[in-house]
Amino acid sequence: MASLETIEQALEKVKDPEIPVLTIKDLGVLRGLERSLDGKLKVIITPTYSGCPAMYTIEQQIKQVLSRLGEDAVSIETRLDPAWTTDWMTEEAKQKLQDFGIAPPEGSSADKRALFGEERQVTCPYCKSRNTFMKSQFGSTACKSLYQCKDCGEPFDYFKCL
Amino acid sequence: MEQEKQKAALNLSLVMGDNALILGHRLSEWCGHGPILEQDIALSNIALDLIGQARLWLSHAGKLQGGKSEDDLAYHRDVFDFHNFQMVETPNGHWGTTLLRQFVYDAWHHAMLQKLVLAQDEDIAGIARKSLKEVNYHLRWSSEWVIRLGDGTEESGAKMQEAYADVWPYVGELLQKDTWLTELEQLIPGFQADEIISLWWKTVREVFSQANLSSEPMDWLYRKGHLGHHTEHLGYILAEMQFLPRAYPDATW
Repeated sequence: MASLETIEQALEKVKDPEIPVLTIKDLGVLRGLERSLDGKLKVIITPTYSGCPAMYTIEQQIKQVLSRLGEDAVSIETRLDPAWTTDWMTEEAKQKLQDFGIAPPEGSSADKRALFGEERQVTCPYCKSRNTFMKSQFGSTACKSLYQCKDCGEPFDYFKCL
Repeated sequence: MEQEKQKAALNLSLVMGDNALILGHRLSEWCGHGPILEQDIALSNIALDLIGQARLWLSHAGKLQGGKSEDDLAYHRDVFDFHNFQMVETPNGHWGTTLLRQFVYDAWHHAMLQKLVLAQDEDIAGIARKSLKEVNYHLRWSSEWVIRLGDGTEESGAKMQEAYADVWPYVGELLQKDTWLTELEQLIPGFQADEIISLWWKTVREVFSQANLSSEPMDWLYRKGHLGHHTEHLGYILAEMQFLPRAYPDATW
């Protein structure tokens, strides 16, 4: 029986299929590991968005990684509450996003702007200019918006605050 | 008392879940047909959020019904068992009609969720908290579009006014103090249906005035979608949506 530490380390291999530079731990999708007295292992995860199509793939990957450690009777619990927030993303994760060409969430999700407020200032991940604008609130996946840089002209994804 | 709470929770989960499911399905029909790529993607994203939320609500409803699954409820009920508003099953019409319907629904959805996060039932409050974060984005997007089109060119303004005439007759259902809504006082201490209605009006008035849309009073068609009274459109949606699991009951991914 592998220790929870070993298991946590092994789960570092499970990446978000839509953002392959981030692990589920970086994202804050992995919420916990529990071993009951009879030895059964439970992995607790939370979805980023309710309709996130990556969740199924993530569950499959978790099972695959753990079965290599001999953990076959794993149950995966999806816990909704507390709801996932971009605040759970580690600084390291934000750096990885930036290097991958996705602007990381800026500021805290707690600062909700009113129905119509100033648009958030986002830094271009390529040339680091702040002179950017939002092209569309919804991007290539549920968690991103589409921005464009006015200086280098590159369009880029912004991981929006939630 | 416990039984009344359970009944209120079930009715609520079915209304919220069926609205999200049917509207999500309708919006998905735009996928590949949006006016420009970014907006095609935006609507598909919103459809995806709604389908995700429908899964949460219907899973909860299934649990309250003694262990049915989300799929049992989505695929193995007929028209008369669906609790969604008639508005969400109406055909998409043109871009302006879809957007206006989306906006009035988002305004209602947002107002509802703001109250549901206060529910004592942790499952309901949890689903509401999760959904509210997503619906914030939906409402902002649809509001911006209603303003852009309403206050845009002469043609876009006229089309939005036309859309208003198509959508408005279905709005009444969102603003009735029906039993499923008033019985929420079982789940949320101090709940008042009037608060949802006035929150909705506040958002709608604000956006309509910025969009230069006139909201002349119109008669409301009111046919109680939440009790299973539907337009002919829902049957066609279900025929498409339910075909596979009904034709091949043991099919799995």
